[in-house]
Formats: sequence, structure tokens, C-alpha cells
Amino acid sequence: MDFTYTDEQSMLAEAVGRWLDADYDFARRRRLAAGEESWQSNWSQYADLGLLGLNVPEAHGGMGATSIEALIVMQALGRALAVEPYLQNALVAAPLLARAGTNTQCEAWLAPLASGDKRVVVAAYEPGGGYDLEHVETRATAMGDDFALNGRKSLVIGADGADALLVSARTSGNAGDPAGISLFLVPTASFGVTLEVAPTIDGQRAAEISLRDVTVPAAALVGAVGRGFEELELAIDRGTAGLCAEAVGVMEKLLEMTAEHLRTRKQFGQPIGAFQALQHRAADMAIAIEQARSMALLAAARIDDPDRRERRRAVSAAKTMIGQSGRHVGEQAVHLHGGMGMTDDLAVGWYFKRLVAIDLTHGDADHHLEQFGALL
Amino acid sequence: MDLRESPEDVAFRGEVREFVATHLPPEIRERVLGFRRVPREDYVTWQRILHQRGWGAPGWPREFGGTGWTARQRSIFEEECYTGGAPRQMPFGLSMVAPVIMKFGTPAQREHYLPRILDFRDWWCQGYSEPGAGSDLASLKTRAERRGDVYVLNGQKTWTSFAHYANMIFCLVRTRAEGKPQQGISFLLIDMKTPGLRVRPIKTLDQGADVNEVFLDDVEVPVANLVGEEDRGWTIAKYLLGHERTNIAGIGMCKRLLSRLKALAAGETRRGRPLLEDPRFREKVARIEIQVLSHEWSLMRVISLEQAGRDVSTEASMLKIRGSEIQQHLGALLMECAGPHALHYSPEWLETGHGEEMPGGAHLAGLAAQYFDLRKVAIYGGTNEVQRNIIARAVVGL
Repeated sequence: MDFTYTDEQSMLAEAVGRWLDADYDFARRRRLAAGEESWQSNWSQYADLGLLGLNVPEAHGGMGATSIEALIVMQALGRALAVEPYLQNALVAAPLLARAGTNTQCEAWLAPLASGDKRVVVAAYEPGGGYDLEHVETRATAMGDDFALNGRKSLVIGADGADALLVSARTSGNAGDPAGISLFLVPTASFGVTLEVAPTIDGQRAAEISLRDVTVPAAALVGAVGRGFEELELAIDRGTAGLCAEAVGVMEKLLEMTAEHLRTRKQFGQPIGAFQALQHRAADMAIAIEQARSMALLAAARIDDPDRRERRRAVSAAKTMIGQSGRHVGEQAVHLHGGMGMTDDLAVGWYFKRLVAIDLTHGDADHHLEQFGALL
Repeated sequence: MDLRESPEDVAFRGEVREFVATHLPPEIRERVLGFRRVPREDYVTWQRILHQRGWGAPGWPREFGGTGWTARQRSIFEEECYTGGAPRQMPFGLSMVAPVIMKFGTPAQREHYLPRILDFRDWWCQGYSEPGAGSDLASLKTRAERRGDVYVLNGQKTWTSFAHYANMIFCLVRTRAEGKPQQGISFLLIDMKTPGLRVRPIKTLDQGADVNEVFLDDVEVPVANLVGEEDRGWTIAKYLLGHERTNIAGIGMCKRLLSRLKALAAGETRRGRPLLEDPRFREKVARIEIQVLSHEWSLMRVISLEQAGRDVSTEASMLKIRGSEIQQHLGALLMECAGPHALHYSPEWLETGHGEEMPGGAHLAGLAAQYFDLRKVAIYGGTNEVQRNIIARAVVGL
């Protein structure tokens, strides 16, 4: 085993870090999150660095990189608190399409995804379904050579402005059955697709999507009829592993800001970092981050494991721990900043919110603890 | 970055597992996995079996009779020995005094002591802590006065693990009273049979007595037994502390306790169902298994960084804290497995594995004692609070 970066991996980390350091300070992030500046302007940067096709095969214009490169990129984006729906497009939807899509679909979509000319996100969760991907009530009814889709999708990050949605819909069975779920590539502009977009607490934009007699041809099917669940689950696992890596970057930055504050803020005639009660909180943050780092690596190492159980155990273990420790680190950071930590002005609160959002995305700590417990 | 176990390491793990399964005497395995008392002979027997195989000193370089293994191999070896039910290899000789003798000792000291450590002719113990010098080790007071060819020692050591089994002790003693506390300390090798040296056991919470007080009254130690220079023992003590830092993670023990926990929880029943199927208990097991996983991966990561030449002393402190917390947590869960039967206590059974019938089964008898005994892991080797101070210094940088 070797946990050190290869030269290429170091170069990737440096290139992404350099761009974010130069272009992505907190003031800019704030404008992007508030919608005062369009994040789409950054999308070409992602494309130029090759990040949009990171996990897309080289034959389709991508980099064909592994989950380790994805981890490196996500960690860097976490440090910068990047607000673009990068994960949803490049690490969830594109690899899903590359694996399960037909040749025609791959040829039509993967190169434009990698170049940033098109965007696709997965619409999987439904109102009332919690984090369960098999809770699919949306129906896809065969009508001759077409399918008609009816139902609702919830909290789809990055859906507004996307060219198409990868929608999970039921072709047989009942909500809760993994079998009978099919995946469809649905152009967002299709008749009957309605998006209601609202901000999230951490500065992203999420859509509630309603599908009303949305007609797509059979050619829109991604994978076999009724057999979409496995690929969907893998894609979301890949996204979850990416979130874990992002959380490590967010936590690292929080600890750095907190340590800086402990060194410079003076009370009772000395830096507050001289007080042991505060030192030990900082030490516990550092320990939590080291563990999170290890778990993000474990998830990345197992994401392409052909053994589904091994993959799921690793992803759920990582997300359980990072969901909890991320919140812990965020809470400590705000607390150690004192009253200033409560203000909207400071970056600390936004990093904290991102960690909470990460916990609440693709399964929180409780959800994944349950999943892991079933695979003991 | 390559996060797959190399084929060589996979094969190595298999080889060690097979060896432990076939060469560890079953009665020793039974005592160890049953959390019963492990007598001195068990440790000696196992060390000699390993020595015969050429595995007596996992951490030593080949020139001194060691294995020359990588850090990852050593960690795999430790894991497999622990989960296979082997007694731990006593660290006091192998991984504490031996590296010191290799680095600071005279050729005569090396030639004499190292082979005796390897085949366990000498059982070493560590004379560091004193009643007034625990976490603040440099404040130690045991005096060594030079009189011709000998040092004359007066003072007291305490918390000396296995002093009652040992025939040799290495001690930090004060050879100079002036100056900073760290400056007047020397490192001595002492035969336990020297007149004036007396051992008194300290009974601990589990009713065992693995730790002792060691009294030194006019104990004469040949000057030839000084390691390194006089008054420079603190450098040696720090070197020893920095050696094989990743051992402190206790990963072998964590894995042994976890596999015991899962086996026990599957076998014990509550209301007619295996305890492991009780959702609340299962959640606890899941939680701790995730922590063991993260601890294991943290250790592998730190070992890899260490091999790449990085200073990992801060990470080692983190591993110490996590390893001890996880062991304590596992100890508590194991005790919970026994339910009310954890209340029964039989010293005789712990010693011999025989005697009165244990309600609930003999396999539950050692679990409470184990829980109580595990309180020590957050205290020894630098308390977890001292480790947090070390981490905070690195993180906050004040």
C-alpha cells in the first residue's frame, strides 16, 4: 500500500489548488452563492482543467482517471467551498452514463459533458422517501415505443440549467422495491418537466421537479428496463465518496482558520490558544480530521470494488463517520471563534453549514449506520 | 497512491495466520482469548517459537537477528498474532531497550544483551515512573552516585509492568542534581538480583498484579552498565519514545477485542434472540466497527507516510488516543455482552480456567476484569491529555 501521491496526482492537486487559490476567495464564493455572479462562468475553468471528464473514459474525451483523482479534486473544492454542482455532473451523472448508457448515448453526451458544453444531473430522491433510492413512486408507463413519466423528484442539486436529467422511474413493482426501477435520460426542456428552484442553507440551489406525462422514446432508457437500481446505487455511492473527500477539505480549512484565531485572538492578556481547555478542543478537531481523511480514502479505495458488499460497507462506514465528525468539527470551529463565529460575515459559519449539508446529502450518519449495521 | 494491499503483503498475512494457527499451543490461545491470566511461561514459550521461525524480533534490522520487515509487515504480523490469540510480545526488551542498546550501547553491551533478548533469556522491565514523576518524567528523583567503578542507587520506581517476571530492568536515574531537570539523567541497565533491589506488587482493579513498585536501596550497578554518556539519558529516553511510534496504536488489540465482541454477541441471547440481532446492540457494534476501520486505515496511512520519511510524531499521538479509546469502548461492550453474569468474579478461574462453575458460562468470566483493566490504556504511555497537549502544540502552534 502506498498513500503518497504519484507525480501526476501531485500535479493535479497543485493545478486545482492554484486555480482556486487565485480565483476563488470567500468574497467571490459569497457572490456566487448569492446569485450575484453566475457560477456558470467557472464551468469552463473546470473543463479546461479536465475536471468535468475526470471519470469519463478517454475514448469519450475524458481523463479516465480513478477515484483517487476524484478524491484529490473534491478535497480541493472543499477547501475553497466551491459552490458549483461539480460532483453531481462530473462524478455522479457522467460515470453513470459512461457505464450504463448505450453507445449512441455515450457518443452524444460524454464528450459535451467533458467539455462543459452540456450538463446532466441525476434526479433520484422523492418526497417522503428519505435517503432511500429504492423509494421510487415515479412511474414510467410504456406507450408503444415511448414511455410516459409521471411523478416528483426532490432536492436535485444543479438541475436548473442542466440539459438533461437522469431520472429513476418505476416500470414495475412498488415503492421500496429495488427491482423494477429504470433510468431515463430526460431533456430538461421536455414538455411536462417543471422545476421549482430554491436555495439550500449552504448556498447551493436545489430543484423540486415534477414530471407530468413526460414522453420520452425507448432510446432514452439508460440500462435495461427494470434493472436500473444497481447502477444508480453505484453512482450515488460514487457521489457519497466524493462528498466524504470534500468534507475533508472543508474540515482542514476550518481547523486552519480556527488555529489562526486561537493564535491571534487575545483575552486575559494572552492568546486564547494558550488555554488548555481550548487546546484540547482543537486537538480533538485534528483527530477527527485525520480519521475523516482515512475514511475518505477507504471509500475511494473501495468504490470500484466488484464486490458490492465491500463497496457498500466502506462507503457507509465513511459517511457515518464523516457525517458525525464533520458536524463535530464545524460546531467546535464556531464555538472556538466565540461570538464572531456566529456571524454571517465570517467564512467559518459557511464552512460549518457545508459540513452539515454534506451530512444531510446521500444519507446522513444514522442512515449509513443502519446500512453498515445490516452488513456487519 | 495505491490503496490495494500488495500481493506480497496478502501472502505474508496468510503465512503468519497459518503459522499462528498451527504453532501456538491451544491452551495458551484459550487463556489469551478468554481474557484469563497469562503466566510467564506462556510469553516465553511463544517468544521462543517465534524466535525459532526467525520471527523473534519483528522490529529489528537483520544484522542483529531481526526480520528486516517493513512497517506494514510488522503491523500485519501484530494483527494476526493478536487475532490468532497469541500472547503479546513483551515490548520492554524487544522494542524498548534493544533499540537503545543498538544505537547507544557499546559493542560489548550489544553482544551480551541482544541475543539474550531475542530468545528471552532476559526478561526486561522499564524503570521510568516514580511516585513523584508520572507524566512529568523529567522530575524523577532516584539518585545514582558514582563511587569508583559503581553507581550507588537510592530511590523508588513504580508502575513497573512485569517487574515480578523480569530479571533485568533499565532505569532512568539522576546523576546530577544541578541544572535543568532533563540534563542530569542517565540510562542504566540493572540486574534485578542485585542486593538492595526489592519488588512489591501493586494490586489493580482487575485484582491482578502486573504492575509493581521497585525499591532501590544502596543498589550497586557497575559503571559498565551505563548506556551512552552520563547525564545524557534524556536524549535516550526521547529516542526510545520516538521508536516504533505506530506500535502505540494497539491495532492488534482493537481487532482482537472486536472479533471477540462479534462472536460473543452472536452467541449470547436476550429474550431468545442473539444479542447481535437486538437493534440497539447491533448499532453499538456497527459504530465501534466503523471506528476500528478508521483506526486501521489511519495506522496504514501513517505507516506509509513514515516510510516516505515524514515525521509522524503528532499522528502517533492521535493513534495513541484513538487506539486507547477504542479499546476501552470495546471492553465495555464485551462486558455488556455478559449482562448480569459480568457480576460474577472468580480469581481462581482467571488463574487456572478451573474451579467453581461460572454462571452464564466460563467464557464470560473474564469480561468485567478486562473492562476494568482497560482503564489503564488511556493513562500509560503518556496520558491521553498529554497526547492532546502534543497535538495542540502542533496544530495551534503556540
